[in-house]
Parts: sequence; structure tokens; C-alpha cells
Amino acid sequence: MPWQNNGEGDGPTEGDDSPAKPTGNRPVNPWGEGPPRRPMGNRPAKSGGDFDDLIRRSQERLKTQFGGGNGGGNSGMDLGDGRWLMWGGGVIAAAWIVLSSFYSVDAQSAAVVQRFGAYVETTGPGVHFKLPWPIDAVQLRKVEQINIIDISSSEGATENLMLTGDQNIINLAYTVRWKIRNPENFLYELADPEKTVREVAESAMRAEISNATLNAALGPQRAQIADRVRERMQELLDSYRAGIDVRGVDIKQADPPAAVDSAFKDVSAAQQDAQQYLNRARTYAQALVAKAQGDTAAFDAVYAQYKLAPEVTRKRMYLETMERVLSKVDKTVVDAPGVAPYLPLPEVRRRGAVVADPAPAQR
Amino acid sequence: MATLTRNPALLAGLGFAAVVLAMSSFYTVPETKQAVVLRLGKPERIVNEYDPKAKVGETGAGLTMKVPFIEDVRFVDKRIMDLDMDAQTVLSTDQLRLVVDAFARFRIVNPQRMVETVGTEQNAADALKRILASKLRNELGKQPFAALLSPERGQLMDDIQSTVNAQAKQYGAEIVDVRIKRADLPSGPPLEAAYARMASARQQEAATIRAQGNKQAQLVQAEADASAARIYADSFGKDAEFYAFYRAMQAYRTTFDDGTATVVLGPNNEFLREFEGRRTR
Repeated sequence: MPWQNNGEGDGPTEGDDSPAKPTGNRPVNPWGEGPPRRPMGNRPAKSGGDFDDLIRRSQERLKTQFGGGNGGGNSGMDLGDGRWLMWGGGVIAAAWIVLSSFYSVDAQSAAVVQRFGAYVETTGPGVHFKLPWPIDAVQLRKVEQINIIDISSSEGATENLMLTGDQNIINLAYTVRWKIRNPENFLYELADPEKTVREVAESAMRAEISNATLNAALGPQRAQIADRVRERMQELLDSYRAGIDVRGVDIKQADPPAAVDSAFKDVSAAQQDAQQYLNRARTYAQALVAKAQGDTAAFDAVYAQYKLAPEVTRKRMYLETMERVLSKVDKTVVDAPGVAPYLPLPEVRRRGAVVADPAPAQR
Repeated sequence: MATLTRNPALLAGLGFAAVVLAMSSFYTVPETKQAVVLRLGKPERIVNEYDPKAKVGETGAGLTMKVPFIEDVRFVDKRIMDLDMDAQTVLSTDQLRLVVDAFARFRIVNPQRMVETVGTEQNAADALKRILASKLRNELGKQPFAALLSPERGQLMDDIQSTVNAQAKQYGAEIVDVRIKRADLPSGPPLEAAYARMASARQQEAATIRAQGNKQAQLVQAEADASAARIYADSFGKDAEFYAFYRAMQAYRTTFDDGTATVVLGPNNEFLREFEGRRTR
């Protein structure tokens, strides 16, 4: 495939030697190839005929070259292979120029165009024209894509420990979301933008945490802290002219370090315990008050009736109570006062049924 | 022209010379670099020099010419570069140790000076690193522990930055920012002591919470006792005598409810009053 060989040899030569005139060194190229080199090396020793032949051939080649450039390729028909090499080279060069003269930018990206290294413009999505490759170069950056940096534990450690303002230690894990706002600044202002974002995030987070107390950082102020970290990062990155937009900082986890975790858990256990004590006390209190209300309501009801007919009510209550009480127990009725202590109680119990008889009769 | 076309070797030679000449007269300066042009080793001019006020693309990068062979170009990075320092232990005035991990960012603002003094960015970075490390250790060592963690740290950093900047100027560099990335307690006894303190503080908190819970519970109970007593007193106080009777009746019912008692009744008992027929008492 002489075609491709030529093409491959052609491309880099073009770019390396004279970027300004890609076709200018075309005549040099064939000279570098096989056949012409041999006569060149032997030139002083060889006869004039060989030399003249060489000249003639080179002239033919030049003609072919220029003829090809003008669009008429018929003149060099007798030297087929050389002409086809030229032709092939020309086609490839033309294709190269055409192909490297436009570029497409996808919807997520922006392209930064540089001419000989100098910034020219930034273009958005779509197909755009530029000067061919060695002159203009394009760098694409994903400007719509949100990049996420996860900062959880530093190398080797399982926890990301930080000192809080009250000299306690907290274990924090958070993510930073950022995207490129200004691709040219992003490319040209910072030597290592991603590492910079990371370091700025760490520094800003630690600065904020060192202003907060442990309890605030663990819970209630997490959102505010994250917000202030974002602002601080943005400020810093803007001062670097980094062309980076910090979209958000999310604290994923804010825990006490594992070494003191049990003590922290005991605090929440204590809160539960305290709640439990209180609940128990309330249960007791409610039962007690309800009972008091029930008791007094019953008493009040009875008392209201009692007031209407005190004598009778009292009697009735007494008798009813006694009836109920005495109907269940063994009873002994003793005539003479003061003998009760001497009664053989088991005996009395056995005879109890007999003595009890009068009671129902009284009803 | 005739000699030229007849002599391809000469042609090739001339072409080659032209290419060499072109290559040594033209050079491209990327946006990210500043170029110091040296004429016979002596800095002559600077291309694409850093200018804080200029926008991207306005500083003169791109294809540039120089005098071939006698002028030489040295490229110097134009971007902000990292100065990552090793973590170092700082002893505060109150004899507490803190491991400080700082980072700085610098930029070469005077490439000619840099080329003349240290030669490369890397050398400049090394020199700055040394200056900054000792400066940090000295300045932070003058602070009490609390200040190292406090908001005043920002002011401290600004001071360090400005003093180091004075020295950085010698190398054509500018410190853009100095920051403490990490300030941690060293592992081992200091860290364990901090943990122990944290744990004991929490234990204290837990004990306090429990005690408070107990107190609340007792208060609630006492209040309930009191209000029950008040309710009883309000109600029963209307007739103490009747209450005694009423309550006694209730007590009898519950006490004798199990039926295991034996009751010996005297004939004069109120209950047996009618037992022997109508009689006068």
C-alpha cells in the first residue's frame, strides 16, 4: 500500500518542519524515499549518464508535483509510481486540511481554540471552523458536567478527623460538587485545578469547623457550615481566577470519632432514660389523679344523697356493709361481754353455720 | 535559478537551511507559559508575561519571532502552582503539640528574576518551601494552642504570607495564598488524652441528663400526689365525720372480702340491735 505509507510519512513531516506551509516541503519528501537516495550517495564516482538521468527524473517529479497541484496530472504518465505517490500525498494532505479545519463540540462541552498556543476564543456546542491543525488547536472541556470530589478519609486513615473550635475532634465526610465556569481560565490559570479544588475544600472546611463547636457541627449547624464552606471555596477559587464554580458542599457524615463513640451513644441513651423516667412518672401521676377524682366523685355523689336524709342513709349503709361483710365470715354471737378471749375458736367455727341462721332470717 | 534546478543537492541543502532558520526564528508561546528570551545567555525580553489585570489571550502568547542562533528561549510556567509542604509538628506557647499541614500557592510574576536566580520553577518551589516551613514553624510557635484553632488564624496566615512574599520576590515569585490545610493533634498520648477528655465530658453530660430526668420525674410525681391530696381534701373536707364513716364502710368491705375471718359479735353490737326483738336500749 504505497498510498498509506506515503500518507503516514507525509503527515508528521508536514507538521514538524514547517507548520505554516503544509505543502511547501512536498518536493523534499520523495527525495527521502528509496530510488533517488542511491544515486545521490554514489554521485562522484558514477558516470555523467547516470547523473543526467537523475536530473531528468527529478525534473519530471517536480513537474508532476506542480502539475498535480494545478489539477492537470497527465504530463507525468510515464513515471506512474512517482505520480501516484504525489497524488496520494496530495489527497491525504487535502483531506487532512479539510478534516482538521472544523471540529464539533458536544452539548456538554465548550471548546477553547488556540492559535500557535495563544488563546483565540471559546466556543459552545455545534460544529465550528478553525485553521488546520498545526495552526489552530482545540481543547474540549466538559462545562456542563458536575464533578464530584469525595473527601472522607485521608490516605491510610479510616476517619477524616478535624479539630473543632472547642478542641474536640469530629469525623467528617463530605462531597464537593463543582463545574467549570470558564474553560479558558480553567485551562490557563491553575497548574492542577482538580487538586486545587480538593485542597481549597479541605482548608475551607477545616477553617469553618474550627469556628464551630462540636455539638453544632454534629447536628444543627451542618447545613450552615456546608453553605459557608461553599462560599469560602468560591471566594478562594475566584481569587485564583480558577474559572471554577462550586455548586455545593454536602456533609454526608458528621460523627464523633470511633474512639469516643460509646460515650456519645451513652448520651443519647441517657436522653432516652430521662424520657423514660418522666413517662413513668406521668403514668403514675395520671393514674393517681384519676383515682382521686374517681374516689371523690363517688364520695360526692353519696354525700349529696346523705345530706338529704342523713340518719336513714347512714343506717342503711351501715347495715348493708355489715350484711355483706358478715355473710362471708364465720360469726359467733356471745351473750356475756368479756368472754371472747376464752372461746375455743375452732369449735366456734364448726358451729358457725348454726349461729348464722338468724342473719338471713332478719332480712 | 538554473543552477538550482540542476543541482538538487544544493536545493535540498538550501531548503534544509531555510527550515533550520525558520525553526530557530519562530517559536510558539503557549498561554500557560511565559518566555524569557536570552541573548547570548543574557535576559533580553519577556514574552507573554504575567499581568494581573490582563484577560486571557491578551498577554501576547502565540507565534513569536526571535533572532536565530544568538537568542535562546526559556519557558517559565505562568499558572498558579502548588507548594505542598510536609506536615510538621508545632509546639504552641502553652506546650501543646499540633501537627500542621499547610499548603501555599505561588506564581512566577518575574520570570527574568527567576531565571537569573534559581533557574527553574522547581528550584523556586523548593526555596519557597524552605522559607515558608521555617516561617510557619516560628510564627505558629508563638501562638497559644487556642489561637491556632481560632478565627484569628486567618490574620496570622496573612502576616506569614506578606513576610514570605518579601523573600519570594527575590526569586521572582509571589505567594498567592498560604493556608493551613490540617491542624490536628499528633497521634499517641495527645490524641488519646483528647479522646479521654471528650469521653469524660460526654459521661458527665449523660449523668446530668439522667439526673435531670429523675428530678423531672420526681417533680411530676410529687405534683400528682399534691393534687390528689387537694382533690381528696376538697371533697372529703365537706364532712369529716361522714367521710370517716363512709371510708370505714369501704374498708370493712375490702378487708373482710376474702371470708377467712371469724367475727365474734357481742349482743350489744349495733348490728344485732334488732336481733332480740324490739327492745329499748
